[in-house]
Amino acid sequence: MTGTATLHRRPAKPPAGHGPPSPGRTPGEGRMAALLLSPTLLVLALVIAYPLISAIHQSLYRAQSGLDADGYVTEGEAFVGLANYADLLAGESGQRFLNAFGNTTFFTVTTVLLETILGLALALAMNRAFKGRSFLRASILVPWAVPTAVSGLLWRWIFQSDGIANSLLGSEILWTAEGTASKLAVIIAEVWKTAPFIGLLVLAGMQIIPGEVYEAAKIDGAGWWRQLGSITLPLVKPTLLVAVLFRMLDALRMFDLPFVLIGPGKESVETLSMLAWDESNQLRYGSASAFAVVLFLYVAAVAIVFVKVLGADVTGARQLGAKRKARAADTTEKTGATR
Amino acid sequence: MRQRRHTWQTILTTTALATAAAIGLTGCGGTGAGTKASASAAAFEGKGPINYVSSRDSSGAANKSIEEWNAAHPDEKVTFIELPDSADQQRQQLIQNAQIKSDTFSVLNLDVVWNSEFAANKWVLPLPADAVPTDKMIPATVDAATYRDNLVGAPYYTDGALFYFRQDLLTAAGIAAPPKTWDEMKDACTKILALPEAAGMSCYTGQFDKNEALTVNFSEAVASAGGTVVDADGKPTVDTPEAREGLSLLVDGFKEGLFPSDAITYLEEQGRRAFQDGKVVFLRNWPFLYSSLSATDGSSKVAGKFGVTSIPGVDGTGVSTLGGRNLAVSPFTPNKATALEFIKFFTSEEQAKKRLELSSRAPAYADLYEDPAVVAKRPFFPTLLESLQNAQPRPKVVQYGTTTKAIQEEAYAALTGEKDTDAALGAMQAKLEEITAK
Amino acid sequence: MTITDLRGLAAETPAAGGAGTRASKPKSSWRSRSVYAGLALIIVYCLAPFYWMVVSSLRRTADIFDNTLLPQPFSLENYAKVFDGSTMFGQALLNSLIVAGVTTVAALVLGIFAAYAISRLEFRFKSVILGVIIATSTFPGISVVVPLLRFFTDLGWINTYQAMIIPNLSFAIPLAVWNLTTFMKQLPFDLEEAAMIDGCSKWQAFRKVLLPLAAPGVFTTAILTFIHSWNEFIIALSMINDPKIQTATVAISKFTGATEFQAPFGEQMAAGVIVTVPLVIMVLVFQRRIVEGLTAGAGK
Repeated sequence: MTGTATLHRRPAKPPAGHGPPSPGRTPGEGRMAALLLSPTLLVLALVIAYPLISAIHQSLYRAQSGLDADGYVTEGEAFVGLANYADLLAGESGQRFLNAFGNTTFFTVTTVLLETILGLALALAMNRAFKGRSFLRASILVPWAVPTAVSGLLWRWIFQSDGIANSLLGSEILWTAEGTASKLAVIIAEVWKTAPFIGLLVLAGMQIIPGEVYEAAKIDGAGWWRQLGSITLPLVKPTLLVAVLFRMLDALRMFDLPFVLIGPGKESVETLSMLAWDESNQLRYGSASAFAVVLFLYVAAVAIVFVKVLGADVTGARQLGAKRKARAADTTEKTGATR
Repeated sequence: MRQRRHTWQTILTTTALATAAAIGLTGCGGTGAGTKASASAAAFEGKGPINYVSSRDSSGAANKSIEEWNAAHPDEKVTFIELPDSADQQRQQLIQNAQIKSDTFSVLNLDVVWNSEFAANKWVLPLPADAVPTDKMIPATVDAATYRDNLVGAPYYTDGALFYFRQDLLTAAGIAAPPKTWDEMKDACTKILALPEAAGMSCYTGQFDKNEALTVNFSEAVASAGGTVVDADGKPTVDTPEAREGLSLLVDGFKEGLFPSDAITYLEEQGRRAFQDGKVVFLRNWPFLYSSLSATDGSSKVAGKFGVTSIPGVDGTGVSTLGGRNLAVSPFTPNKATALEFIKFFTSEEQAKKRLELSSRAPAYADLYEDPAVVAKRPFFPTLLESLQNAQPRPKVVQYGTTTKAIQEEAYAALTGEKDTDAALGAMQAKLEEITAK
Repeated sequence: MTITDLRGLAAETPAAGGAGTRASKPKSSWRSRSVYAGLALIIVYCLAPFYWMVVSSLRRTADIFDNTLLPQPFSLENYAKVFDGSTMFGQALLNSLIVAGVTTVAALVLGIFAAYAISRLEFRFKSVILGVIIATSTFPGISVVVPLLRFFTDLGWINTYQAMIIPNLSFAIPLAVWNLTTFMKQLPFDLEEAAMIDGCSKWQAFRKVLLPLAAPGVFTTAILTFIHSWNEFIIALSMINDPKIQTATVAISKFTGATEFQAPFGEQMAAGVIVTVPLVIMVLVFQRRIVEGLTAGAGK
């Protein structure tokens, strides 16, 4: 093991692709990694692989929808190839699909953007030292802790035509009817519920920034905004990106909130998940599976693009690799001194 | 006219039952060519513990019936498996378990609108013709439990629309009797809304949010104008002048300000509240709110001031849509004999009467509505019986989910003014034709 | 200013100040006031809807639609109904605790192993594995239910805790792996190295140095996954039909109004308050660990 450590001591120039601590690949490490990773992969295979394969399989078939002479549904399914997928783009179901696709994308972009800004603000607030900080933290956690189904109902009541929202605003907006107001209602409720998720993760990211960095910046005369821009944000970036990534994946699959708050079948807020649910509710399992598979591919594509373009890269941590290494060496010396 | 329809329907149902009975008889002998795949008694075998699957009955009446059964049948105990309160979630759980042929769910509590779908997919067994005393039940409830001449469920409870009106305001405006038609209702409103005590009120509301309730209100409007949504042969008929007149009643109601402006977001509860807070003079709703409207603890502003009658139509009294629930046997349960016996016991008139002590759910047995002891406790029962004897089931189609969605979609578009009435009905007709053509 | 510059500066100052004391001191009372106003605004934003939930839960069923800011008349009717014997809500809370607790612990253990492997070991297909792990969490939950129900029925897992815990892991593990990997990546390897030079084994270095340093990440992941499994509904609903094993969210869905058209809104809000408050208290306990994580780790 010391061998690895010595190897690692080799300074500067992190290897191009992945910038791991130990550039040398030993067979022992591979085996150990396999050992450590296998339980995770096993569980995921158990829970996801089977449903995924069965969905892909199902999406190539279509149940026969006819009735026989006695009025019973004809049994059996016919292999239809990619027809379920082709139908997604054609005719009325195509319009519904595109509408749901648009809504899903719109909600994801708006809510995640607002949540990121708000989540950062929440994290900064939680990170401050002041009296009553635990009260603030408790308050921020409340929305995330409220069960999703209950929060959907709560907001439905708040947004009723004669609910508290209209009564406070002195307005007569029909939030739960079709239209822009219903989109807004979903965004407000979703951001309220999930901004704490980003806030919490970012707070944890802030906690591992060594305090002396800020002390140094202060001595250097850097103001609050400057510290935020040049220390806090760059250093929490990896955590923030993971938080945003997971929020995006979740927002793309948004289901409960528009379903409970506005109701099923309303075009203004219908998402891809709701569409897949509705199709399987109508017993059209083939097209329901096709929706699910398309949604899966869409989400996966977003994840890949996000990771590639924005560099939410946790395997290599390319950007900060060298700098962190240097900083790390410094910290080691100090820790050594402390000991 | 109402009388005529009633007679016609009774004849139809009786014929259907006779046919079913005949088939039931021949079914025992063997399966001749051309006979319906009717259930013979032989299909119901196996005794032992079973599960009854339903949402909770908050009155506790259902649990009491089950306790009584369990006390008498220690070896064939019934366990109550509770499903969520939401009908969508109930249906999802029931279908999921049918798909994997799970033997956990034995006796199913089905909404009347799921009847055809469950029967056609063979997720419930056809019942022997003598399983329930259908002759004593309100014909529409039996019709709603029948699929292609086979009884597939035992009517558990039923539901029909009531027209709630403000007696105090009618009296103040000098109107002798509650309106029977939409025109009479509009006239009454003109007089009533001119009264100082009715300032700021709206005339009428039903339930118009994009939901099953909209299908109900639309179907009632069409039937009240003399039309049908789907005719007796299963053909969609919403492109008729009657259907147009029916939908126009609702569309004009919004345009002319007859309904509250936020009625497009109303479900049953919001309608109850609007009436209870004195915001509307007339209300179409189910019987459930009768007791909360009558509450004298200060929560209801209309206690003692309202009355009920049948919903208004175009030329005479309107036609209610039928709600309610049936009990059915899952083909995947090993203990089918017990399941059938339990259904017979549970839906018997004796148990139905016992449950009325705790629950206000309307029984399927007609004579219970005229029982003095029952009426004393539930004064709206005679009116409800009138509404039920006249009631129409919602479209009986296998793909009910798609059907109701098409109706809601187009009716909602017409009510919000997104489409004009003709365009909406044309599109609805096209969609329904596509669904029923399959 | 870059990080490297800062490092240089940092080296000149003693390692002072733990987490939390680093916020710059307000320069003027005006600024301090506006900061407090901002904080107050955040608290109001987060708590106002929750306040509405509490108020609604304290109304009588008949007044549930009132818009008064205080319940009038005040009533505990809804809370009494939630804990009415027939709903077995107390048992349901315990079941939620078991399911969410086991899910969290399992996800953390597996997640820490995997994150350690990815951030500290060198092996082939690392990016592929990370990609696969995240891809699994992108499959829409509602499409997983029927195949899993079939699968678990065959295994005889209906009405068991594992039938809820294992599907919950499909969300919890990816989050744990990704988040912890990010954390461990950011932590200097040299500390463990130093510990190993001092004679610690790799395992000891991991346990005594890396793990305490990663504590903020570990506890944050714990909180997030715990709450996520605590709130899971559709799987728990499908896999469980025995009220003795059902979780709180499923129990809430079974609340019934006075009639089938009346939503049991008051009871649902009361139950919402009941499941939220202990969660927040528990999280606050964890929160302290998040803050202490760094200082505790660095001191060893």
